[in-house]
Amino acid sequence: MTTPPSDLDRLRDRLADAAERDGTLDVAVRTLDSPVGPLLLAATPAGVVRIAFEGEGFDAVEDELARRVSPRVLLAPRRLDPAARWLDAYFAGRRLDAATGVALDRRLSSGYRREVLDRLATDVPYGAVATYGELAARTSSPRAVRAVGTACATNPLPLLVPCHRVVRSDGTPGRYRGGADAKRTLLALEQGALGGPVDARGEVADRPGT
Amino acid sequence: MQAPFERAVQAHGARVLRVVGAVLGPGADAEDAWSETFLSALRAWPDLPEDADVAGWLVTIAHRKAVDVVRASARRGTVVAEPPEPGRRTAAVGAPAAGSTAHVDALDLVAAVAALPPRQREAVAYHHLAGLPHPQVARLTGRSAAAVRRSAADGVAALRRAGLDPEEPA
Repeated sequence: MTTPPSDLDRLRDRLADAAERDGTLDVAVRTLDSPVGPLLLAATPAGVVRIAFEGEGFDAVEDELARRVSPRVLLAPRRLDPAARWLDAYFAGRRLDAATGVALDRRLSSGYRREVLDRLATDVPYGAVATYGELAARTSSPRAVRAVGTACATNPLPLLVPCHRVVRSDGTPGRYRGGADAKRTLLALEQGALGGPVDARGEVADRPGT
Repeated sequence: MQAPFERAVQAHGARVLRVVGAVLGPGADAEDAWSETFLSALRAWPDLPEDADVAGWLVTIAHRKAVDVVRASARRGTVVAEPPEPGRRTAAVGAPAAGSTAHVDALDLVAAVAALPPRQREAVAYHHLAGLPHPQVARLTGRSAAAVRRSAADGVAALRRAGLDPEEPA
């Protein structure tokens, strides 16, 4: 026996709105199709808290959100409208320097990793790339290249916090939550939109393999 | 519960909708009861013990919400005959045509259960549609296990005469 999905979908929409009004929608989630595969987006009342790639396993990511933020996780697309609009525009090739108009909840990053990701968001603009070493040099631990690599590889807000712009010094993409192919796709997207690769100073430069 | 609430909605949303549809009749009242059930469940979710029977817990909340919806309808002076027993409303939900054995649609079954007398309706909805064992249905509705078992049997007999056959829950 099944109930027509349309009835249930409509009721689920209503539930999401009621939970939002009720103040019990601790973690809203939705999925979004993208050129790098389906994405899971999650937001608290404070802002977008997590973006996940399909390879991470959406169930596992929801489990992690339930454990680290709140088990009140509910499919509620409306709260994620600003993030979905930003991502759609980004994938359409619009040059978006930062997560303009999208509130972020940074609670899943702390300590040195948070410092690295903050630096990345301000110092590596759209279309640019920096090496792990170059990014480390801009932090309070200028030699912590491996820790920078870990910070980028565990970024809870990929795309919105652009860890895909950090590459290895030999020009290969390096670790990425969405996989190396996704990283290449994003770098090509940004450089295509700009007409060529640029370095961290915003100058057009050739970097093999990116 | 440490698990994401979303998983409970996915696993049990359709079942709870069938149950409230059977108890209240498919329509706006059942949808109100469904929404209220899952909103209450979302509030309480973090405090629910890990080993709780989620389906039984949701149906228990749904039963309380169905009672509330019937009471609210009574206050508005609408179709209710006798509050506060859930489902005791006179909404004319069409029973399926006699002898139509060809295709048992889930909605036909929900509508047919909704058209049963109140005690049969509850016993069938909570046992056959919600999957609760008879003793749990008895606790939920404040009756004896023997009484709800008899009501369920009478209800199922009536449904079979109408050409519908709710399966015994596993």
